Amino acid sequence: MNMARAILSWMAAGVVLLQWLAARAGEERITIEREAWGRTPPIHISLEGYSGEVERVLQFDLEIAGFKVVGSGDEKLQYALKGGGGSVVEGRLQDAIKKSELFAKAYSGGGARTQAHALSDDVVLAVTGKPGVARTKIAFKITRGQDSEVYLADYDGFNAVAVTQDRTVVAAPCWRPGHRMLFYTTYKSGNPDIVSHDLGSGVRRTVARYSGSNISPAVSPDGQHVAMILSKSGSPDLFVANVDGTGLRQLTQTPEDESSPTWSPDGGWVCFATRIDGRRTLARIPAGGGSMRRIATSGVLNPTEPDWSPDGKTIAFTSQMGGFQICLVEAGGGEAKLLVSGEDPCWAGNSRTLIYTKRGSGGRRSLSLLDVLTKQSKDIPINAGTASQPSWAR
Amino acid sequence: MKRALLLNLFAVVLALALGGVGCKKPQKPVTQIPIAGAKGGPGPGGTTRVGPTEGGARSPTPDNVAPVQPDTGVRATPVETTPVKEGPSGIEQAPIEMIEGMVPDTEYFKAQTVYFEFDSSVVRKTQHGRCDAVGDELKAKPEAKLMIDGHCDERGTEEYNRALGERRALAVRTYLIKYGIAADRVFTRSWGENRPADPGQNEDAYAKNRRGEFILLLPKP
Repeated sequence: MNMARAILSWMAAGVVLLQWLAARAGEERITIEREAWGRTPPIHISLEGYSGEVERVLQFDLEIAGFKVVGSGDEKLQYALKGGGGSVVEGRLQDAIKKSELFAKAYSGGGARTQAHALSDDVVLAVTGKPGVARTKIAFKITRGQDSEVYLADYDGFNAVAVTQDRTVVAAPCWRPGHRMLFYTTYKSGNPDIVSHDLGSGVRRTVARYSGSNISPAVSPDGQHVAMILSKSGSPDLFVANVDGTGLRQLTQTPEDESSPTWSPDGGWVCFATRIDGRRTLARIPAGGGSMRRIATSGVLNPTEPDWSPDGKTIAFTSQMGGFQICLVEAGGGEAKLLVSGEDPCWAGNSRTLIYTKRGSGGRRSLSLLDVLTKQSKDIPINAGTASQPSWAR
Repeated sequence: MKRALLLNLFAVVLALALGGVGCKKPQKPVTQIPIAGAKGGPGPGGTTRVGPTEGGARSPTPDNVAPVQPDTGVRATPVETTPVKEGPSGIEQAPIEMIEGMVPDTEYFKAQTVYFEFDSSVVRKTQHGRCDAVGDELKAKPEAKLMIDGHCDERGTEEYNRALGERRALAVRTYLIKYGIAADRVFTRSWGENRPADPGQNEDAYAKNRRGEFILLLPKP
């Protein structure tokens, strides 16, 4: 036993040493642990030789990725990104402490925005070891008057296009992972039906059209099943079906209203909001059927809108206590952590960035991004109405 | 103990592997970005067709090809083992096809709209008279069916409210079934917070928005 312990401590020392060496080699790896939520200091970087739109894009992308843009003379400067000033976007990333160059690249094709996004993704990858999210897409709904439509845009809200022209209520768009396809509810037939919408062909198919509500679709990580809330049984219950709507199975049968399902990344569990013994709570159930179990969110009340992180570790959700708060809890349940005011969080593929809805004055809603580690956030400019219910392509 | 040891060994191997990769990584001088694909006009079905986009979410994957999911090694395992008691859901709804083609009359029962308390789907005693009036009319019109629209105020998250609105409509439906109306004549629909009766942001407006509306459905003449 003593021997084992001695070997163990040598091993541990070895790991620490190797991790330190890896960090020295510019390969710092960020693991998102509970202690790091909202408490990680930003990485200080300077932008030199950029202006106008390219500079604005770089600053937006890097700040939401956990960087702080500072002047080149800042005493905390860790990295310097230097541009060339020519007609194409260029970037030299230098380690300001070791005075070494990490990369030098020039970008062609696309527009200036896309080139700048590609450069910031390269900076994020080089510094954190994880791919950036600056070239991903989001879906959301825009409400004007009493009607709403589904929209698609770059993750920063630019290049927004309408996906629907239903002129009624649409709700809860959700990506089918690995496909250019959305699932959402539309009231176009007069009833809230769930449809799938192929963004390549424009073809829309009905997935669930039963009496009562057909709402809150969530496609499984393998893209083959959809969890949703139906009330054909006489109460809003959780169901799972194949993505074409066949093979419908009822997972919960409670007199309460289940809402907002989300899948574990291995596809084994569906987490959702419900009520147990009169108290609102998060719960989960095996996707193949079985017993429902509570997920504790200690310290906060009325959890709804859970979203399971793609790395499986964390569930983001909304707590309603007077206002609305974005919260995190470890996937097994436990003490919840309050992050910011807002609702309806959705993870990016990096399990680090959230997109969520903010309520402003006069009931106007807008979208914001949040870096969970540094708690830095950015508002997404959408001027066409009130935006809500974001879903991040992943 | 043995397991911890193995884990540590694994960590050392992993750390070594990562360090190695980090040193040898070749640096590409130029990244080629594909030019944005053409964005099409409105596609079939009255919806906007969105063409392929530059380096966005993912490239198009045919439906019959399963996307490759990176294995994160993370598996969700249950922590609590106490199963939660489940009860009967409610009274099953008749197929929606039964009301397809029927003509809705939203004015007929306007005066019978019922109201709810905050975050509640209980049909209060004060609202029973209105439900009874609707029930009596339905008994006198055997050819008619009924749609109940459930609504909420905006003080809830959006999909929670959609489920709450449904529960309100279902609670009124259950009341009418107990009053003697056949279950296959009464249908429900929730609008959540999306169709407020009063767009104001005060308790007066909220009270008007937490409601169940009755829509008379008549066969096509």
